[in-house]
Amino acid sequence: MLLRTKGDWLAGWAPAPMLATFALFASLPFWIKGVGLYPYLGVEVMIWIIYALGFNLLLGYGGLPSFGHGAFFGVGAYAFGLAQFHLAPNLWLCLGAAVLAGGLAGALAALFISHRRGIYYALLTIAFGQIFWFVAIKWHSVTRGEDGLLNIRRLPADFGFAAFALDKLEHLYWFCFALFVLVVVFLWRLANAPFGRVLSAIRQNETRARFVGYHVWLYKWLAFVLSALIAGLAGGLFALAQQSAYPNVMSLHQSGIVVMMALVGGGLLSFWGPVIGAVLFFLARDLLGAYTEAWLLWYGLLFMAIVLFKPEGLAGLFHVRSKPAA
Amino acid sequence: MFEASRLHKRFGQHVVLEDVSLRFEAGRLSGIMGPNGAGKTTCFNLLTGRYAPDRGKVTFEGRDITGLPPRAIARLGISRSFQVMNLFDDYSALDNVRVALPETRARGLSMLGAFGGETDVLARVGLAGKENVKAKSLSYGDRRALEIGVALAARPRLLFLDEPTAGLGTEGTARIARLIAQLKRSITIVMIEHDMKFLFGLADHIYVMHWGQVIAQGSPAMLRANPWVQRSNLGQLG
Repeated sequence: MLLRTKGDWLAGWAPAPMLATFALFASLPFWIKGVGLYPYLGVEVMIWIIYALGFNLLLGYGGLPSFGHGAFFGVGAYAFGLAQFHLAPNLWLCLGAAVLAGGLAGALAALFISHRRGIYYALLTIAFGQIFWFVAIKWHSVTRGEDGLLNIRRLPADFGFAAFALDKLEHLYWFCFALFVLVVVFLWRLANAPFGRVLSAIRQNETRARFVGYHVWLYKWLAFVLSALIAGLAGGLFALAQQSAYPNVMSLHQSGIVVMMALVGGGLLSFWGPVIGAVLFFLARDLLGAYTEAWLLWYGLLFMAIVLFKPEGLAGLFHVRSKPAA
Repeated sequence: MFEASRLHKRFGQHVVLEDVSLRFEAGRLSGIMGPNGAGKTTCFNLLTGRYAPDRGKVTFEGRDITGLPPRAIARLGISRSFQVMNLFDDYSALDNVRVALPETRARGLSMLGAFGGETDVLARVGLAGKENVKAKSLSYGDRRALEIGVALAARPRLLFLDEPTAGLGTEGTARIARLIAQLKRSITIVMIEHDMKFLFGLADHIYVMHWGQVIAQGSPAMLRANPWVQRSNLGQLG
């Protein structure tokens, strides 16, 4: 179907939730201090939204539960630091290395799991996540063990005609925002392109997809690779922002957080679910965290309540059910 | 057009198909009938690539397709429907059909292109006006029609229908009968069916299976006269 009218074009490329998300983060630096928070929070949230949206391509669209996805986020973070230390201190090279390393690690892991489904798939992803985490801790000469890579520099973003020093928070923010916009638009298109639709069809009925002529394994493999690429990018940005890369981001616990973000927000129902989930997570961390050390307990209880009472997630509250025609 | 010769299949100790040979001529509607457990659906599963036969050979238009996976067989222009419904339940009727279009399949890996495609399949199977209804919200009869619609969307040259009227009442069966009568003008069809009146009214050639073997075959008229068939209650068709 061709996108004919202006309305169609808008819905196809820039739907209302996307515009709202962009408006939120474009305006954030101007009001965030006014509400008692800080601009760096915006950087963190954007990075995690990138990560969670990429993750949800797998979970929400592909129906493929990956519980070890922190591995690829971590691989991206390490790759960013290692490329900076050992190859060249060039931002583009380092981010490219993060994406590539995340994607390669994902491609490798996906070779072993893409013929699986359900609980077996989930268990294998946990196993792979643990392997990467273990390597990060034990391969001391490369990863610096539990301490991780420290003193990663915020390299300048050189566009040829102009360069921005990212050690200035304001520049870092807008740099992340620019990448954030690119990734969100790309993932939204992807989800609605033939690839995303076929992937979702495979989730709904793998057998039928096979008999209609699709190479199911290839789609599942590619979904994992794409999702790992995005996780790698998010990890690279994380290393850039945090100026370090450490094994903790690869732990099972951290891998669980992105699953919660996707599910709490309603990633099974809506592309935008992970955005809600990630925002809510960080608000809980910073607002509840100001009152109690046990904020994660409350977030966890919220997660349980949602799974019990609103399994389709918070996006389900806004979702208009399609009515059967009379 | 399509030929299966001397197919054997066993699951563990259980022999499901023994020395089954079938031949489906272009432009005809062939039927497969027989009691439950006769091996009809297993036979379909072998012919459409779900399982590989232990022995035997399957050819389509002279090409050996034995043991090819379902996606490869589908791409040759062979489509099938299922006895137990196999739809993309969260998708609208239109999207169910769109996913199955050869154009969508050809650009399935496109990551930025638009998903879509125009098709008259829904109108052909009597679902005009229900394009945007989710498959899971359709009535049972409509779902059976969509089941055939998804198979048709691939624009097959050979269509396998596994009990298209399963679970339908008289009215629903009549609707599917009209649809299939229309389809058989343009597509070669192979159909498994329990409803003998239905099958005898539509088929040009019928195979009767029992205990994993073909026990009789012929035109409906010939089968009515066949003592084997008469003995198994199939003769009371009048």
